[in-house]
Amino acid sequence: MIVELGHFTLILALMVACVQMILPMIGAQTGRRSLMATAVPTAILQLILIGVSFAALTYAFVQSDFSLRIVVENSHTLKPMLYKISGVWGNHEGSLLLWVLILALFGASAALFGGNLPHKLRARVLSVQGSIGVAFLAFMILTSNPFERLTEPPFNGNDLNPLLQDPGLAFHPPFLYLGYVGMSMAFSFAIAALIEGRVDAAWGRWVRPWTLAAWVFLTIGIAMGSWWAYYELGWGGFWFWDPVENASFMPWLIATALLHSAIVVEKRESLKSWTMLLAILAFGFSLIGTFIVRSGVITSVHAFANDPERGVFILMILAVFMGGALMLYAARASTLESKGVFGLVSRETALVLNNLLLAVSCFVVFVGTIWPLVAEMLWQRKLSVGAPFFDAAFSPFIVLLALALPLGSILAWKRGKLGRSFGQLWGALVLAIALGALVFALQTGRSALGPVGAALGAWVVFGAVNDMWGRTGRGAVRFGRLLRLPRADWGRGFSHAGLGVTVFAVSAITAWQSEDIRVVQLGETFPLGAYKITLDAVKDAPGPNYAAQIATMIIHANGQEVNRLYPEKRFYPVQGMPTTEAAIDQGFFRDIYLVLGDKQEVGGWAVRSYLKPFANWIWGGCLMMALGGFLSLSDRRHRVAAGARPTQGQPDED
Amino acid sequence: MKIRNLSFFLKALVLILNLGLGAVAWAVQPDEILSDLALEARARSLSQELRCLVCRNENIDESHAELARDLRVLVRERLQEGDSDTEALAFITARYGEYVLLMPRATGANWVLYLAGPLMLIIGAGLAFLFVRRRSVAPDEAPLSVQDQAQLAGILAQAQKSELKDPPQ
Repeated sequence: MIVELGHFTLILALMVACVQMILPMIGAQTGRRSLMATAVPTAILQLILIGVSFAALTYAFVQSDFSLRIVVENSHTLKPMLYKISGVWGNHEGSLLLWVLILALFGASAALFGGNLPHKLRARVLSVQGSIGVAFLAFMILTSNPFERLTEPPFNGNDLNPLLQDPGLAFHPPFLYLGYVGMSMAFSFAIAALIEGRVDAAWGRWVRPWTLAAWVFLTIGIAMGSWWAYYELGWGGFWFWDPVENASFMPWLIATALLHSAIVVEKRESLKSWTMLLAILAFGFSLIGTFIVRSGVITSVHAFANDPERGVFILMILAVFMGGALMLYAARASTLESKGVFGLVSRETALVLNNLLLAVSCFVVFVGTIWPLVAEMLWQRKLSVGAPFFDAAFSPFIVLLALALPLGSILAWKRGKLGRSFGQLWGALVLAIALGALVFALQTGRSALGPVGAALGAWVVFGAVNDMWGRTGRGAVRFGRLLRLPRADWGRGFSHAGLGVTVFAVSAITAWQSEDIRVVQLGETFPLGAYKITLDAVKDAPGPNYAAQIATMIIHANGQEVNRLYPEKRFYPVQGMPTTEAAIDQGFFRDIYLVLGDKQEVGGWAVRSYLKPFANWIWGGCLMMALGGFLSLSDRRHRVAAGARPTQGQPDED
Repeated sequence: MKIRNLSFFLKALVLILNLGLGAVAWAVQPDEILSDLALEARARSLSQELRCLVCRNENIDESHAELARDLRVLVRERLQEGDSDTEALAFITARYGEYVLLMPRATGANWVLYLAGPLMLIIGAGLAFLFVRRRSVAPDEAPLSVQDQAQLAGILAQAQKSELKDPPQ
């Protein structure tokens, strides 16, 4: 009964979305207020309906209602409660329901907090948002209905893929989707502005908080996915350039570019049509990401050809939204005239460079991701594009970006002086080079990646510190002023420094990690860097829905026990799948990462151990970026801009 | 009752695991490692450029599949027989097709893949430069319209009023 209610509200939500798509747009075009006014209640109603539907599906998972097909396919009575709930979105149908739920959430927030937007703009934004809802709700109901019943329910389910039974991955999709779907707000604002033919500084202000929020969620989502891969997959890799990862990384790159170009629109009324294009593309890449992940096209072209229904539907959604948006853009972009005048050396130029590097790097990732597909379709050439290609093709852009960042972020608007800005950065430059040289001296005979990465990371971090310090002016009270700087400045400092930390950490772990693979007898001790590790015992232990073998390993340093770790091997009988649960001793400067392998026929156990320097700094840097986004979002300028905007000559807030 | 059955089942499974019957190969195994450290290092870096054919997107160095293990052993055999890195890669590519190469060869249409980034950067940089130069010589903003000026005056007057009411500290 509750399941049917969820099914019913889902269909009702589609109807409401149709109303939300059509009526406000007609109202905005013909200037009828009563029609425009339908936008807000329909957006809120849509959220409530989809919310009920989502709750009903969650209820079915929690109750293990095995008359539902997707519950059978993805759940099991013995599965822990957390994973029963996360199982709701751990599958195709449920993850789409989460997708539309978040879409409706953004639509409803725009309706609730957009009270002071001009009526026409708000009506159009919500109408475009409604149209996206129509497309995805129709997709769900027609091809991927989560509420499909089975005529003969089985006694128990097939369980969830064990790799997904992990707290990190339980919360990874919601964050990622908040980011993906959040890009739809920038898209809706861009389409509304293009229809209206008016883009000004105010538009830049309205769209920035939404983009910023989506960007923060996307950053956290990507970092969580990477962290999950690090500890769950068993060899401590943190980024694999997998198509699915690229699918989330491409919108992130474009969104980062969009955040920066929207600043130029807001402050200088320039780069308008480019910003429009980025707003369209950011959502376009979110859709492409959804297509890549949901159609299975990248795993195998044949899998796609055998079951093309879903893939073709998403491709149609992509074609309609991107085709329509780009046509509208082509027709209207010429009316978006840039106003600001600025010199060759200026903050504007620096931000153009930022956009150029981010957009081209995204393009490189895009081409690399779809190339196997293109090559197979056009030339029947089966080939792979993997990590070695992406490392070589993508890294130069990040290096250039990091090199330019400290200088670009302190150039003056309109007309900057290269010499003067550079003069402020001498300290940072000297410190960075000194650090690089120190690292070079400490490590002998290893790759240049370590010292270069350290210098580059330090350059970005010191550059960010210098940027903040430079805003405090002169005199004795600079520390006091530092604390009173606007949150947006702190946000920028944190985000930029976070990038530096991540750049450093990635090069450090790549250059300096060490690995040891060997057969260890019970009670035997082996060295790992400066540590000594003893395999103390291996015990059998049944888990709730798996069987495990748990090793006890003792880490010593200088004759003293540092920690005891318990790496596991698990076997999930329902899915017939083994997993490794690595044990990690996390430290500020290094992680000790231990993996238990197979029991050897000659006695003893295969053991893999890694020393991973600065591992946590990778995600620490990402968190700093996300925190910077939050700080910036909490700045009162944005709180004001999210909705409130003087429509009748009220003074601006700053 | 059911739960007890399952835990018995799990214990049985553990037993099977211990006997090594249900075992899977885990990435690089201790017995694969060559005693010659230089050769082993080369084998490791070559393995990272080869794709496991039965996995989704893993190189053979990280893959748990049996096939990946066979390939790792094959790479080591070739190196021990005196192949150079290129020769070893060519040997494996000849048998398994270019699908195994994670770094695709720059031949034929693949040039598009390699040139796409640099070309786009050059085109983009050219366009950006033209745009920036145009902005730097563009005439200054048009003067405010009468309507805008009236609005501005209103804003300033109100701002002044609120400042008088609420003087800044």
